[in-house]
Amino acid sequence: MRLIAVLSLTPFDAGLKGGWKSILSWGEGMSDNARRLPDRPTSPHLTVWRWHATMLSSILHRASGVSLYAGALILAAWAICLAVGPECYAGYMALLGGPIGKIVLLGLTAAIFYHTANGIRHLVWDAGKAFDPKFSDLTAIVVIAFTVAATAATWIIAGMTGGL
Amino acid sequence: MAELALPKNSVVKAGKHWPAPGGAKAVKSFRIYRYDPEAGGNPRWDTYDVPVDAVGPMVLDALIYIKNTIDPTLAFRRSCREGVCGSCAMNIGGRNTLACTHGWAEVPGKAVQISPLPHMAVVKDLIPDLTIFYAQYASIEPWLHTTPPEPANEWKQSESDREKLDGLYECILCACCSTSCPSYWWNGDRYLGPAALLHAYRWLIDSRDEATGERLDALEDPFKLYRCHTIMNCAQVCPKGLNPAKAIAEVKKMMVDRVI
Repeated sequence: MRLIAVLSLTPFDAGLKGGWKSILSWGEGMSDNARRLPDRPTSPHLTVWRWHATMLSSILHRASGVSLYAGALILAAWAICLAVGPECYAGYMALLGGPIGKIVLLGLTAAIFYHTANGIRHLVWDAGKAFDPKFSDLTAIVVIAFTVAATAATWIIAGMTGGL
Repeated sequence: MAELALPKNSVVKAGKHWPAPGGAKAVKSFRIYRYDPEAGGNPRWDTYDVPVDAVGPMVLDALIYIKNTIDPTLAFRRSCREGVCGSCAMNIGGRNTLACTHGWAEVPGKAVQISPLPHMAVVKDLIPDLTIFYAQYASIEPWLHTTPPEPANEWKQSESDREKLDGLYECILCACCSTSCPSYWWNGDRYLGPAALLHAYRWLIDSRDEATGERLDALEDPFKLYRCHTIMNCAQVCPKGLNPAKAIAEVKKMMVDRVI
C-alpha cells in the first residue's frame, strides 16, 4: 500500500532520463500479489522515543487547539442558554459552576494562555527565525512556565474577587 | 491517519539474554531490537552483556564486538565508521543518531537500548527499508536544472551565493531526521519528510538553478511540504548539526513570496 502511494509523488516532468525513475515506477505492470511488500514489522516509534521539549510543546499546541474548539462550543451554549431564559441559564451556571465545570474551565484557561503564547512562537518561526534547537527548547519551557503562572494568577485573582 | 500503537506483528516481545564471554565482571548491557524475517514471528529485545575493557568507545564498536564474539546473526548497516556515509543511523537511547559517532557511555539509562530508525518497515534486526525515503529524495530531482546553452567551462557562482548552500549540502542522507519526525511517522507515504525537503531547498536557493518555479509548483501540495508542524525533532537529532526545520520554513517563505 505504502509504495503504491509513493507512485503518486510524481515529480515535475522535464523529460528527464536516468535510473531514478525506476524507483518511482517500481511495481508497474506487476500483479497486485507480486507488488505487495513482504509482511515486515514496523519499527517502534513513540514507545522508544525520548522526548525533547519542542516535541512536547508541539503536541500541547495541538491539544490546546482542540480544547479551544470545545471551549467555543461551551461559550456558544452559554449564549444559547442566556437567550432561552432564566431557568436554562441557572441550570447552565450550576453545571459550569460545579466542581466538574470548574475543572473544565481551569483547563480552558490553561489552553487559551498556552495556545496564545505558543502561537507567538509559531509566528516567529514563520518568519524563518529562532530555529536553533537549544533555543527552541528554551522557548518551549518558557511558554509552558508562562501558561502555569498565568493560569494560576487568573484563578487566584478570580478567587480573591469572588469570581469563583 | 496516525496509528499510535504498533501493528500486531510489530509488537516487540522479550528476548534472550546473552552473557559476556569468559564471565567478565565489568560489563555494559545493550538491549537490541531483533527481527529475523526467515524465522518469522514478532521482533524481540535481546540483551547482550559486553565487557567494557574489550570494546571501543562508540556504539558501533559495541555492535561489531557483539557480532564478532557473541552473536554473529546480528544484522546492521555500517561502512565508514566516521560519520560520513550515514549507513549506521539507528535509534540509540531513544534518539536517532549514527552508531559510529555516538559514545555508548553517553547514552542515559542502565542499558543502551538500540532499535532501527523509527516507524520504518524492518528488513532484519537494525536494518530498515529505505526504498520510500530514497524515492522521495529522487522526487525532488536533486540535480541542477538549466536551459542550454551550457557554458564552455563551469556554471559560475559568486562566493556569497555559494555560502547559501552551507548547512544544506553537508547532508549525508542517513534518514535520522525524517524518521524522527512524527509527521513523517503518520504520513510518511505523502509527506516528503525533513531530508527530502532540506534537499529541495538546497536546489531552490542555488543561484545556478533555473527551475525554481517548477520546483515550488511540485511542492505546492497539502502533504508534501505542509505537514511540517515545527516539532523540531529533525534539527534536534541531525548528526551533522543541520537544520531541516529551518530549511522547510524557508521553502514556505518562498511559497508566500511568489504570490505577494
